[in-house]
Amino acid sequence: MTRLLETQGLTAHYGDFQALFGIDMTIDAGETVAIIGSNGAGKSTFLRALTGLRPTAGQSVQFDGQSIAGLPAYRIHKLGLAMVPEGRRLFPSLTVEENLLIGAAGGRKGPWSLKSIYDLFPDLVAKKHNPGTALSGGQQQMVAIGRALMSNPKLVLCDEISLGLAPKIIKDIYQAVPQIRANGTSVLVVEQDVGQALAVATRVYCFMEGRVSLTGTPASLTRSQIAQAYFGLTEEAH
Amino acid sequence: MVWINAVLQGVLLGGLYALFAAGLSLMFGVMRFVNIAHGDFIVVGAYLILTFVISWGLNPIIGVALVLILMAAAGYLNQRFVLNRVLGKDILPPILVTFGLSIIVQNGLLELFSADSRKLPTGTWETSSLALTDQIAVGLLPFLMFLTAVGVIAAMQFVFYRSALGRMLRATSDDPEIVPLMGGNNARIFAIATALASLVVGIAGIWLAMKTNFDPAAGPARLLFAFEAVIIGGLGNIWGTLLGGIILGVAQTVGAQIDAGYQILAGHLVFLLLLVLRPKGLLPKVSH
Ligand SMILES: Nc1ncnc2c1ncn2[C@@H]1O[C@H](COP(=O)(O)OP(=O)(O)O)[C@@H](O)[C@H]1O
Ligand SMILES: [Mg+2]
Repeated sequence: MTRLLETQGLTAHYGDFQALFGIDMTIDAGETVAIIGSNGAGKSTFLRALTGLRPTAGQSVQFDGQSIAGLPAYRIHKLGLAMVPEGRRLFPSLTVEENLLIGAAGGRKGPWSLKSIYDLFPDLVAKKHNPGTALSGGQQQMVAIGRALMSNPKLVLCDEISLGLAPKIIKDIYQAVPQIRANGTSVLVVEQDVGQALAVATRVYCFMEGRVSLTGTPASLTRSQIAQAYFGLTEEAH
Repeated sequence: MVWINAVLQGVLLGGLYALFAAGLSLMFGVMRFVNIAHGDFIVVGAYLILTFVISWGLNPIIGVALVLILMAAAGYLNQRFVLNRVLGKDILPPILVTFGLSIIVQNGLLELFSADSRKLPTGTWETSSLALTDQIAVGLLPFLMFLTAVGVIAAMQFVFYRSALGRMLRATSDDPEIVPLMGGNNARIFAIATALASLVVGIAGIWLAMKTNFDPAAGPARLLFAFEAVIIGGLGNIWGTLLGGIILGVAQTVGAQIDAGYQILAGHLVFLLLLVLRPKGLLPKVSH
């Protein structure tokens, strides 16, 4: 197994407010890792720090054998780290197809192309000339995932891709994960839905108040451990 | 017949105003950024072509190429090293900085070229005309100017809506914060947008030099015409900029036909009227 990502003691701040207090995380090539944790735990901040949207200069962030701490986001992207941002953030002036194409602007080669994205999400074919934001929530999420994959990343970070979607749609979207992994892209998902996270991931990290409160494989974690790590409570306290 | 003629001359004059407006519109569209020195940069373009062709005696084609290259390069560097530093959520700093640039440019031009009004002679272009009917003729110079404007607007439209660069420019206009997640470097994208806009500013300056008298203080009025054309046509609509220029041009020439003193005033009045009736401009912002 080759190590794809490793952070040691990663911290992040918004002005005087400290959002992350030393996150240690590793992801190996081929893994699907899930981060769970309640609202405000620091999950999105962690992803923003990895992608360079939050400053990390001087810290320890290794990606694919090199330090990416402090690099500008556009350079980290070109090394093969893509993100599906929270809330999808499609470009409203661009059509579905243009939203996908812009994901490939970094010029990385690999298995993902318009064709393979349309194979993955056939619903998008009929909509390709619509404005990206004129789609249903689930289809918009497919575009956002497709846009990230178009850069042929080694690792794709997905921030709450199930948020606000119907269970049937969530199932459709998560069906793509094994295919993404089969194409050689490792996946890090942020999920508030613990069941979904345990079902898809090979390893889980739980965040609480800017720290990792629990980590392990889905099989090794008990419900009460997760409840405690998630809410900071013991089950008896409910 | 004089009225038809006035309208026709106004349409052609509108081409010049569309050229003034196109660069402004592009920068505003991509960066939400208003360059107060825009008109002064147009005047710089006019002085550059005058210097190359008249003072240095260069071949006009080489002169034009030099103006365009210099303007685009200066635009790129100005954005990358000056204007990007003041871009942000607050719209005031860029306005103040470009206001300062406007004053610096005007004084620099005054120092170099004196306050005398100048014009670039264009030889036979000035006197030639195309007869449309036996009673209506258009001057060759205004006609070519209008064609240039249509060509520039069409080229901008093509770049914006049909090229990968245009896709990136539109995406940056939508949501600059996440463009780096697509591999885009905002600082560089902004500089490229300004380089393109400055290229168009150079073209506008060359036509200004051929069409009218200009002096170092001519910039602010060009900025005003550019603003008016952009707003009449509709912010964020490239063809709208041409329409806005034409409406402004026609208002001015028809006004002048009523009374020579009404030319500029008529343009401003039509602008104000349209601002009241259609504050969002005549054409909608196109999304794709
Ligand atoms: N732009 C911001 N400015 C200030 N504080 C922020 C900002 N974004 C997030 N925070 C704070 O950082 C903490 C972690 O937020 P976030 O990473 O978004 O959590 P999560 O994604 O786990 O819900 C929260 O306390 C949140 O209020
Ligand atoms: Mg979040």
